[in-house]
Amino acid sequence: MKEIVVISGKGGTGKTSITASFAVLGGKNVIVADCDVDAADMHLLLEPDFQDSEDFYSGELAYIKQGQCVKCGKCADVCRFDAIPIINNQYIVDPLSCEGCGYCARVCPTDAIINKDLNVGKWYISNIKTGSIMVHARLGIGADNSGKLVAKVKSEAKDIAEDEFKDYVIVDGSPGVGCPVVSSLSGASFVVLVTEPSVSGLHDLKRVYELVHKFNIKAGCIINKADINPEVCKNIEGFLQKENIVHIANLPYDEDFTKAMTNGQTIVEYSNGHLKELIAKSWKKILENVK
Amino acid sequence: MKIAIASGKGGTGKTTLSTNLASYLAEKQDVVLIDLDVEEPNSGLFIHNDGVVQSHPVTIEDKFKMVPEWIEDKCTFCGICQKVCNFHAVIQLGKMIMVFPELCHGCYACSELCPTDALPMIPKKMGELKHIKTGQLNFVESRLLIGEEQAVPLISQTHKYIDEHFDAETIKIFDSPPGTSCPVIEATKDADFVILITEPTPFGFHDLKLAVETMKELKKKFGVVVNRYGIGNDDVVDYCEKENVPLLAKVPNDRRITELYSKGKLVYKEVPEMGKELDKIIAYLSTLKDGGLA
Repeated sequence: MKEIVVISGKGGTGKTSITASFAVLGGKNVIVADCDVDAADMHLLLEPDFQDSEDFYSGELAYIKQGQCVKCGKCADVCRFDAIPIINNQYIVDPLSCEGCGYCARVCPTDAIINKDLNVGKWYISNIKTGSIMVHARLGIGADNSGKLVAKVKSEAKDIAEDEFKDYVIVDGSPGVGCPVVSSLSGASFVVLVTEPSVSGLHDLKRVYELVHKFNIKAGCIINKADINPEVCKNIEGFLQKENIVHIANLPYDEDFTKAMTNGQTIVEYSNGHLKELIAKSWKKILENVK
Repeated sequence: MKIAIASGKGGTGKTTLSTNLASYLAEKQDVVLIDLDVEEPNSGLFIHNDGVVQSHPVTIEDKFKMVPEWIEDKCTFCGICQKVCNFHAVIQLGKMIMVFPELCHGCYACSELCPTDALPMIPKKMGELKHIKTGQLNFVESRLLIGEEQAVPLISQTHKYIDEHFDAETIKIFDSPPGTSCPVIEATKDADFVILITEPTPFGFHDLKLAVETMKELKKKFGVVVNRYGIGNDDVVDYCEKENVPLLAKVPNDRRITELYSKGKLVYKEVPEMGKELDKIIAYLSTLKDGGLA
């Protein structure tokens, strides 16, 4: 079983539209993992049935039992996150600032502070229109630990793929280079970088590739909207060559991306023309590289 | 006044709006633009590219987070450090204590609860802050080192730098990271007003609703700017009307804007429609009670 992770550094490059197209092209043999848990959008294209769902708990949140509190202030003194302000003469934990380190509870002389398990979101196993299965999640507002939820979604998808003898797991990763991305990359067989020829696209590609390189994972790149800036496009191609990154394809700027999405479809379902052909070729090239 | 520019979905135009709005305002008054998308900071690509006004570096400084360092000679292997760390960043393996700085949240529990002071906190570089001045525009950017996983401490230190170097009245525009999780909360929690930028597509709409929920949870005043207006469908505009969310501006779907952006150029200087939309946003911001944009 091979794991293909699609990331982009920069948001809005077409990563999810392209990943969903690959899921359709791969059909029953591909388990899908939507690891962009912060802004998960794959479900808008793949018609999941939300068959199973489970709450996800990760980390802790301090809670002060006012009846036991003697207002000594030790908790607020040791808190490095300014998470225990005094409100109406009571020490109260600010849930958005609390990191769940538990230090306050350890120094409280009257055991007035308890740590509650924190529900940070929900994850789902769904049947999708490709005839396969998707594991996806929704992170609670402002939740920490998105990296752990990503790890959970991925490991569930891998277990399903192994149990059902599927050849591939395809992962839609999140933007950036921080904890959720690091979590999506661990264990990947091949990374697909989706970029665009803008100064930001190239800048972000270089940063996210530095991370991929640290993990020593083989990578390929799709340049989307390739015709919006031929000069930057050439710079990206040069970068790919220099870094030995497989140049998978250049896709044109095409409003069919948006039209397909507005129709609730992937591009390969919506478009019959050149774009569909290019994406099908890209998928084939990825599979050749994953072998 | 602090204005944060945020979005649920990435790539909807946060950086385009932040850089254009800040530069446009800076033609008449002092403005600070702060790039808080520390994982992938892009605003600087548009500021340095201005070409007209010379920019002067003000500060470049390393930013550190505090992590424990094990001093073997002082350690009695009592095991308290491992026990008190909720993040598994301190592990005892036989006669050795291992510290994993990338997992450490800097709570100081292991260090301060160690009975023999064997784990003092030491600074570890997590990123860099850069401050430049171009005409009336001050630009501050922070950049997370690759491999560092936590954006929040760097965002928080950047806020501190801003509060120390600029007075409360100065207009500050914060380009925030995408999403709805901890880095966005940290970036927007001190803002007087948040502009959510989205595109009128199903992805844009879905992620806008998450961003609106987040802002309501934070009890923030906010408004919406629709980018690439004309593409997709009417769901975003209908939603804003129904939910009584102020719709501040509609930036047209125009390939010229995409191309200017791709070159790192400011859009309003070449596409007059952009200037008109910026005027609408500025007019709205001036009506806010604590505004200072008039």
